[in-house]
Amino acid sequence: MNKPDREILCARGLRKEYGSGEGLVRAVDQVDLEVARGETLAVMGPSGCGKSTLLHLLGGLDRPTAGELWLNDRRIDQFSERALAQLRRHEVGFVFQAYHLMDELTAVENVELPALLSGRKPRAARRRANELLEQIGLADRAMHLPSELSGGQRQRVAIARALANEPEVVLADEPTGNLDSAATLEVLRLFEVLHAAGLTLVIVTHDERIAATADRLISMRDGAFVDETRLTGGTSGNLADLAGLGS
Amino acid sequence: MGRLLLVIRLAVKDIRRNPAEALLLFVAIAAATTTLTVALALHGVTSAPYAATRAASAGPDVVASVQQGGRVPPRLTSLEKAPGVVDASGPFLIATPSLVVDGHADPVMAEGRPAAGSSVDQPKLTAGHWVTAGGVVIERSLADLLDLKVGDRVGLDALIPGGEHGPGEAPGSGSEGPPGRGVGPLRAVGPSFKVVGIAVTAALQPPPLSDDAHPSGFPEAGLVWVTRSAAEHLAASEGGGFGYTLNLKLADPSDASAFAAAHQQSGLFLISWQTIAAKDGLIVSIERAILLTGSTLLGLLALASVALLVGGRMEQQTRRVGLLKAVGATPALVTGVLLAQQLVLSLVAAAAGLVIGWLVAPLLTNPGASLVGAPGAPTLDLSTIGIVIAVAIAVTIVATFVPAVRASRTSTVSALADAARSPRRARWTIALSSGLPVPILIGMRLAGRRRRRAVLSAASVAITVGSLVAVLMFREHANSLHTSGGLGGLYRFSGPGDPLWERGMDVLLVFTIALVLLALVNAVLVTWATVQDARHASAIERALGASPDQVGWALVVAQLLPALPGAILGIPVGIGLYDAVGRHGSTVPSAPAILGVLIVTLVVVAALTTIPARIGARKSVAEILQAELA
Repeated sequence: MNKPDREILCARGLRKEYGSGEGLVRAVDQVDLEVARGETLAVMGPSGCGKSTLLHLLGGLDRPTAGELWLNDRRIDQFSERALAQLRRHEVGFVFQAYHLMDELTAVENVELPALLSGRKPRAARRRANELLEQIGLADRAMHLPSELSGGQRQRVAIARALANEPEVVLADEPTGNLDSAATLEVLRLFEVLHAAGLTLVIVTHDERIAATADRLISMRDGAFVDETRLTGGTSGNLADLAGLGS
Repeated sequence: MGRLLLVIRLAVKDIRRNPAEALLLFVAIAAATTTLTVALALHGVTSAPYAATRAASAGPDVVASVQQGGRVPPRLTSLEKAPGVVDASGPFLIATPSLVVDGHADPVMAEGRPAAGSSVDQPKLTAGHWVTAGGVVIERSLADLLDLKVGDRVGLDALIPGGEHGPGEAPGSGSEGPPGRGVGPLRAVGPSFKVVGIAVTAALQPPPLSDDAHPSGFPEAGLVWVTRSAAEHLAASEGGGFGYTLNLKLADPSDASAFAAAHQQSGLFLISWQTIAAKDGLIVSIERAILLTGSTLLGLLALASVALLVGGRMEQQTRRVGLLKAVGATPALVTGVLLAQQLVLSLVAAAAGLVIGWLVAPLLTNPGASLVGAPGAPTLDLSTIGIVIAVAIAVTIVATFVPAVRASRTSTVSALADAARSPRRARWTIALSSGLPVPILIGMRLAGRRRRRAVLSAASVAITVGSLVAVLMFREHANSLHTSGGLGGLYRFSGPGDPLWERGMDVLLVFTIALVLLALVNAVLVTWATVQDARHASAIERALGASPDQVGWALVVAQLLPALPGAILGIPVGIGLYDAVGRHGSTVPSAPAILGVLIVTLVVVAALTTIPARIGARKSVAEILQAELA
């Protein structure tokens, strides 16, 4: 298990509300959170408990109603939209349950997109994308459209895309929610590699087997943290056994 | 019956659910049908104006005239007994006084007429009654020009003695100007007349629209009718009068041209009804050119509008289609519902277009602005109503049918999942855009995703620019005619103040308003459809680090990319269409004018795109991405 050096992500009294009056919903309610650099954190809870909203807040995709949010010692909850965009461009990578790949772009074109958006030269962006596809074992599928890939392959492409600009934090929202066991194992192995490389991972899931592979597990209910467990095995154990997926 | 009720009920509920889109569709179809109604109404009025006036005023087959005062020359009166002549009226004495209205004088021809009327060329009264002692009947276009009404008082002064001052030239003014503009303040010294009637005639072209040297030999001047004794009085003041005119009716009107040619001799001018009618047709063709060009372009633009709108609406109906099919609706019923939604709106819009067109048409068919006048204002007949409604329905069905059938054939499961239609992969666009700034990179890719929409957008801009170029050409053409003094010496525009000019400009104004309205609707529709369609892609791009500004500008770029070639294509389209429908050898607008149209069009497209693009770009990324999972 990697020993966290210091906090990279920090939330204080984080709150996100929707609606008003009797229809007020507190999707995230007074959450305090610290994520150490290089740590893999799993956030678990039933559907609608606010874990995806928390992830969107942490990545600057949504703004909190109240509270403070810090990334790399910078308070980001008051950032402008442009500053948040830059933050997502360079420091945070997202992985979604529904992959959210561009249907009309090939695997390699999807992976190089963040690099192009950050102004990298096309040739350099393509080289990096090919390297990432090589690392995730999809070099031979580089020119395939998402519709020509399996669910597991799509999610691996999405993970490669999240890594295109070498972010320090990867936020994954139910990354295996749409995958079968074999594909889930593929994705978990990939996360294990990222973890070993010192990347900070925050994985939102409702699957206990996935959560078991993390360094730390936080349980959520009704927008609030109700439990926190530090897992001794973490991602250093036998992944397949830990996840109960066999190998 | 129950099924029909269900279809109508669903259609009405859909309109209530999406009032903004319904309003846009309404505006698009109403604008097109208004113009079509006006075009049809004008066509009815101008299609046979000379024939209508000739029939209403017992128009002559041949008009003979001499420019000679004093006694009636025998060579004129002998024509009454010429072979083939079955009836005649005249000779009528022509005096050339000035018509003084509110201290301003205009040269006119005052024709002395019997109070009892004539069997040939009895001008058709459109107001008041025929000449009486102390009363004057004013030709309708002249009355309209000078804003004269029955009951007004005017002066007829013998201020322009024959030969001393040229027609249209006032003493001391020293400048030639078109009639009707007034030639300066004058003191009324002659007898005062009361306007007792307003009338039209088929015997002569109303002078404001005739050329400088009328074939009859009479000068360009307005026409009024007075009693014989009043004309004699005016002629005496001028030293004998300007001349005489004789109206002849032939046994066979088709022989009129031959008769005129056979009897032409020195000092005697004969003009056949065919010659006058031919010139009428030439002038009326200007309006037809505008209307035909305009109607064609507006029809195409309306089709593009409806296609864009329906396409956008259909994309949003996917889930509804799934629900309908899930509860047992057949594909045919689904198609019917989707068609009915558009048709209900189209019919309401067509009805509005008919009413607006009916209200606007009389403004353009002001009888005073007509060459020889067509009694009565345009009316909405059954054929016009039928054509307008049929066109509205046809445009809607053409634009709706394919997307409606495609939607009805979508699998129920994927329709319920509201799966977005997969975008096209534009390989070259993706490759080319890679090294470009982010807004252009995203914009190019967005434009490449939906080729049909890009083509419709380009076509819409091409039609708009083409129409604006055609409008410019009309103006340039009119100006060149004004400068050169006429086209083949047959007629000319006199510029502002000339009824023909004013009428042409009125028609152009209505056309341009409808055109701009439709073009604006189209631009907003295209942008909004693109914003909706790009919602998911934009959200992903923002999640990957694109800023809202970059995404907003990308949407603007996505609109400008098809707009630019469309605008450039619009230039030859406008020139070609105007030449094809209008007349050959027309003047091409200057390069700065064309460049101006191009720049203004692109700026307007960009400006119109900015607002919906900004709104779309600022929507919550998290909400959009979460919605995909719902």
